[in-house]
Amino acid sequence: MARSRLKKKTIGDIIFESINTIIMLILVFLTLYPMYYVVCASFSNNVELLANPGVIWYPRGFSLNAYRLAFRHPLVLSGYRNILIIMAVSLPINIVMTLFCGYFLASKNVFFKKPILAFIMFTMFFSGGMIPTYLNVRSLGLYDSLWALILPGAMSVYNSIICKTAIEALPDSLAESAYMDGANDLVIIFRIVFPLIMPTIAVLLLYYGVGHWNSWFPASLYIKDNYKLPIQNIMRAVLIANSNILNATATTETDKIDQFAEIIKYAVIVISTVPVLCIYPFLQKYFIKGIMIGAIKG
Amino acid sequence: MIKESSITTKRINHYSLTQTLSRDFKINKYKYLIILPIIVYLILFAYKPMYGIIIAFMDYRPHLGIANSKWVGLRHFKTFFNDVYFWRLLRNTVSISGLNILFGFPAPIILALLLNEIQSSWFKRTVQTITYMPYFISLVVVCSLVKIYCQSNGIFSQIAVALGGNAQNFLMNTKYFYPIYVISDIWKNVGWNSIIYLAALSSIDQEQYEAAKIDGAGRFRQMFHITLPGLLPTIMVLFILRMGGLLNVGYEKILLLYSEVTYEVADVISTYVYRKGILNAAFSYSTAVGLFNSVVNVFFLVLTNTISKKTTEMHLF
Repeated sequence: MARSRLKKKTIGDIIFESINTIIMLILVFLTLYPMYYVVCASFSNNVELLANPGVIWYPRGFSLNAYRLAFRHPLVLSGYRNILIIMAVSLPINIVMTLFCGYFLASKNVFFKKPILAFIMFTMFFSGGMIPTYLNVRSLGLYDSLWALILPGAMSVYNSIICKTAIEALPDSLAESAYMDGANDLVIIFRIVFPLIMPTIAVLLLYYGVGHWNSWFPASLYIKDNYKLPIQNIMRAVLIANSNILNATATTETDKIDQFAEIIKYAVIVISTVPVLCIYPFLQKYFIKGIMIGAIKG
Repeated sequence: MIKESSITTKRINHYSLTQTLSRDFKINKYKYLIILPIIVYLILFAYKPMYGIIIAFMDYRPHLGIANSKWVGLRHFKTFFNDVYFWRLLRNTVSISGLNILFGFPAPIILALLLNEIQSSWFKRTVQTITYMPYFISLVVVCSLVKIYCQSNGIFSQIAVALGGNAQNFLMNTKYFYPIYVISDIWKNVGWNSIIYLAALSSIDQEQYEAAKIDGAGRFRQMFHITLPGLLPTIMVLFILRMGGLLNVGYEKILLLYSEVTYEVADVISTYVYRKGILNAAFSYSTAVGLFNSVVNVFFLVLTNTISKKTTEMHLF
């Protein structure tokens, strides 16, 4: 058959494919090893790890102390509490606003749609920059409040365009028949559109969620009280700035913490990173679609 | 048909503007209602800061507010151009960003091309899923990993010693800042950025490959003569966008990685804006520096777009 003749591999093909596979395996190793290293280090014995923090293939002297201390530390706990509060308040706001904006942009026969569209799109290309944004948040009285981390990022125009594209793909007849039955736009959004674009909503939740979870810069600008800082900022203080923030607040356990500071780092990295890494593979199919939409529209 | 539609147009024209508007508001009242919070949000958090840029031309004092602060014209811009650090900042910004584009831009294209050549679909999917992973790891964690590996008894030192070099803290050495920045950036983003190219690859006509095989073209020639040209439009659009952000260095990452020892090579315009504006409260001056940054960005965007339009006939606007 012509087909099988075409599929036959030449020696060149075999060499090419083997080299390609080796490159891919190296890439996989380079991607996974840093995370594997952290997991091993987090289960290691403090003294043994400090003596030799180089290449690790397995935990050096198994110990759960890092996790025990991390989960007991008031700043680590308040960091988690704060990021969970931020997510719990932000995500519903994000999704509702994105859905509203996407629905409006997908609607037809609205007299003022064009100017409103221009008004929205303009903000995608121009922004005030770091300092005017900072002064604006201060002037709105949000300084040192978790609202400063929630309200400025209440909606992303880029995401609302993804949402708009998903809504446009729904048949017009759905909304029309709902109108006939006396439903208004709000009913249509929550009862018809929302359930039908669930896959897109899941991706938007992932985008917004990961964005909130991983963000640290706004909190470093707007939050002064250590107990209002989200977990990323606690990690930054411990890992990057080598600040003694953890020690300063621990009273009875100061010595212990000091001794284990090095190893707590790894435990905190693991518990802050693993939740996100567990979710994204399940949404992979959908976010690839989202990126394609963004690419076409953007 | 044509007649009918012209009649309807006429009838619509019979409505006065107020009638059209009142009908529009009656039918679409919920649509306007739902867009209202978004407009309010954009005014408060997008347009107000844009208006705030005018303090770049003022001697802004927080207690006086924008309304009562004194106008100083272009004084802050002149100060910046005469700043001792001006050339250093510009050089570092362009170097870091340029190196990042030079190595970081082709990396996902190469990855997509290699992924595309994998025959076994489960292996391909596994590699994809794993390479997307670093994108979901926070910058703080990535930078702390970099810091841990770069310390004087860390992995890199161990490797350096094994290869006959010296153990040292690589992050404190100005020589290594750029490689560290660029490589960690590729590590974090290469998988994620390859998605868009893989998507573009899937739309290339498979018959071209069959035809090329019949003509005796090997894998490499297929890659260069079919796959790459098929990707070119995507590559050019993304390249123009990337050039438009030439002075937009990932300052969050630099803030996490640099230290006073490495300011000489690592301090860029945005980190300078951060230190002057946020830490030293020189609001007007830092806003002016930030505005300069944006204007240069627009310049590069237009420049790349024009060059691309002339040479490859692909353009954004």
